[in-house]
Amino acid sequence: MAYKIVSSQCTACSACEPECPNNAIREKDGTFIIKPEKCTECIGYFDDPQCVAVCPVDDTCIIDNSYPRYEAAV
Amino acid sequence: MQETNEQGTAVEQSKPLDDLMQKVAEHKGCGTSGGSGKASCGSSAGQGDLPTEIWEKVKNHPCYSEEAHHHYARMHVAVAPACNIQCNYCNRKYDCANESRPGVVSEKLTPEQAAKKVVAVASTIPQMTVLGIAGPGDPLANPEKTFRTFELISEMAPDIKLCLSTNGLALPEHVETIKKFNVDHVTITINMVDPEVGAKIYPWIFHEHKRYKGVEAAKLLSDHQLRGLEMLTEAGILCKVNSVMIPGINDEHLVEVNKAVKSRGAFLHNIMPLISAPEHGTVFGLNGQRGPTAQELKALQDKCEGEMNMMRHCRQCRADAVGLLGEDRSAEFTTDKIMEMDVQYDPEVRREYQETVEREREAKVVAKQAELEEIAGEQSDIRVLVAVATKGSGRINEHFGHAKEFQIYELSTAGSKFVGHRRVDLYCQGGYGDEDALPTVIRAISDCHAVFVAKIGGCPRDELKGAGIEPVDGYAHEFIEQSALAWFKDYLGRVQSGEIEHIDRGDAAIRQGAYVA
Ligand code: SF4
Ligand code: SF4
Ligand code: SF4
Repeated sequence: MAYKIVSSQCTACSACEPECPNNAIREKDGTFIIKPEKCTECIGYFDDPQCVAVCPVDDTCIIDNSYPRYEAAV
Repeated sequence: MQETNEQGTAVEQSKPLDDLMQKVAEHKGCGTSGGSGKASCGSSAGQGDLPTEIWEKVKNHPCYSEEAHHHYARMHVAVAPACNIQCNYCNRKYDCANESRPGVVSEKLTPEQAAKKVVAVASTIPQMTVLGIAGPGDPLANPEKTFRTFELISEMAPDIKLCLSTNGLALPEHVETIKKFNVDHVTITINMVDPEVGAKIYPWIFHEHKRYKGVEAAKLLSDHQLRGLEMLTEAGILCKVNSVMIPGINDEHLVEVNKAVKSRGAFLHNIMPLISAPEHGTVFGLNGQRGPTAQELKALQDKCEGEMNMMRHCRQCRADAVGLLGEDRSAEFTTDKIMEMDVQYDPEVRREYQETVEREREAKVVAKQAELEEIAGEQSDIRVLVAVATKGSGRINEHFGHAKEFQIYELSTAGSKFVGHRRVDLYCQGGYGDEDALPTVIRAISDCHAVFVAKIGGCPRDELKGAGIEPVDGYAHEFIEQSALAWFKDYLGRVQSGEIEHIDRGDAAIRQGAYVA
C-alpha cells in the first residue's frame, strides 16, 4: 500500500514533500521518508505517483513490497 | 590624471576605504582581518548601447556591471532546494549548476535564518547590495520559501536589492508575485529555443503533476521560458538570460537563442562555459561531454556581441558565497554564528561607505579616459589579450603567486575591453612556489601576450618569458586599464621599431571545478 524512499539515495532536496496529495512525506534525520499508512500510491489523485515523478534521483521512490498494494475504496 | 608611479601614492589613495571598512567593522563590534574591498573583476564597461533607465538600474550592480563588480557585492542564500526539471549538467547532490558549480553544497536555510543572515552580512559588509536566491534547486519550484525570504528582507533591510534565478518553467505563474515583491531583476537560464536541441539537455520536466520527457518536455520548458521573459519585460522587470555553452549540442544554436531573447526584451545575455568532469557525477560529466575552450567561448560571445550586451565577467560563483566576488567570507556567517549575532542594521554607515566607493570609481574612469586619448592617435590592427593579477578596486595589486584568478583584457587601438576571468590553481601557497602549479597557470593564460602583476618571483618570471608571456610588474598598484593601455602603446612602438615581432597566441584552458574562494 505504499511507496518508500531509499534514504541512501535521497538528496534531501524536498521536491517530493509538497507534491504528495496525502501529506505522507516529511523530513527525518537529514533525508525524507514516507509514512506508509498515509500513502495511497497517489491512486485517486494522479496518474503517476508524484514523489516518483518529481524525484531527481532514479529509483529512489520505490514500491515498498512489505505492504500490500493500495486499492482505492470503491 | 593624478596617478603617480609610486606604490605609496596608490596605497594612500585606497586608504579611506580601509579606514571606513575598519570603522564599520568596529562599529558592529566584530573583528575584521583588515581585508577591505577585495573584488575580483571588472572593466570600464560603460553605458554602451543600454537605454538610460536600464543603465541607471544596473550601473551599481555587481552582477551586471563589470565595473561595479569591483566595488559592490551580492550574496546568495540557499532556501530553495527542490527543482522541477532535470538538466544533464546538474547533479542535485550539489548546487544548481545554473548559478554555481557542482562540487560544493550550500547550507540549507529556512527563510527566517536566511533573512537574519542577509541582515548580518549587510551590516558587516557595506558593499553588500544585492541578495539573490538561486540554487540549489529552482526558487520558483519553492515559491513559499523564496517569497517568504523576500518578504522578511524587504521589511528588515529595504535598501537591499532582490533578485532570483530560475529555469523558467514556473515563471509565468509567478510574475505577479515577483512584481509585488519589487524584485529588482530575474535571471532565466535558457539553453535553447529548439526543442530538438533541448531534448539533449533536459531529460525530463515535472509540470502539473506529470513528468514529461524528451522533445515534448523541452517544448513546454521553452514555451514557458520565453513567455515568462515576455511577461517580465512587460511588467518592467529587468531580465537577464544565462546560457550554458555545450559544444556540439547548443554552441551554434546559442546565436539563435541570443536573437530570441533579445527580441523579447532581455537586457543582458551571459554565456557560460559548461563545466563538466566525471567526478561531478552529472550526465554530461559521465558521458564525457566536454566544455568549451577559452577561445571557443570568446568566439561565440563575440558572435553574439552585436546582438546585445554580453556579460563576460560572470564567474559562476558559488551559490552561497558571501562578500565581494572573488572573496568568500561565508565562514564568518554560518547558521550557528548568525543565530548568536546581535545584529543592528544601520543604513547610514552603509550609505557613507558606498559614497566613498563612488569617488574611487570616478578616479579610475578619469585615469582610463586620459590614457585612451593618448592612444587614439595610434593606428594598428594588432589585438592582444593580457592577464591581470588583482585583488580588486580596479588596480594591479596582486602578487603573481597569490593570484587565484586573472582578469583578461583585450587591447587594441580602440581601447581596452574586459573579456573574462581565468581561474588558476594557487601557484604559491604560503610563500613557497609549488613547482607543479606553474604550468597550469601558464596553460590558463597561454593566449595572453603579457601578465600584469604587483610582484613576481624570478623563477616564474623566466618560465613565463619562456612561454612567450611578458611578465609586467612596472605598473604595480596602478589602475588596470590605464596601465594596460600604456603598456600596449609601448608594445605597438616596439613592434613598429622592429624591436619585437608580434605573434598570435594559441588557445587557453578553462579550469574545471567550483569557484569557492
Ligand atoms: S506515492 Fe503519492 S501518496 Fe504515496 S508518498 Fe508518493 S506522492 Fe505521496
Ligand atoms: S524528491 Fe527524491 S531526492 Fe528529493 S527529497 Fe524526495 S526522495 Fe529525496
Ligand atoms: S535547474 Fe538547476 S537545480 Fe534544476 S536540474 Fe537544472 S541545474 Fe539542477
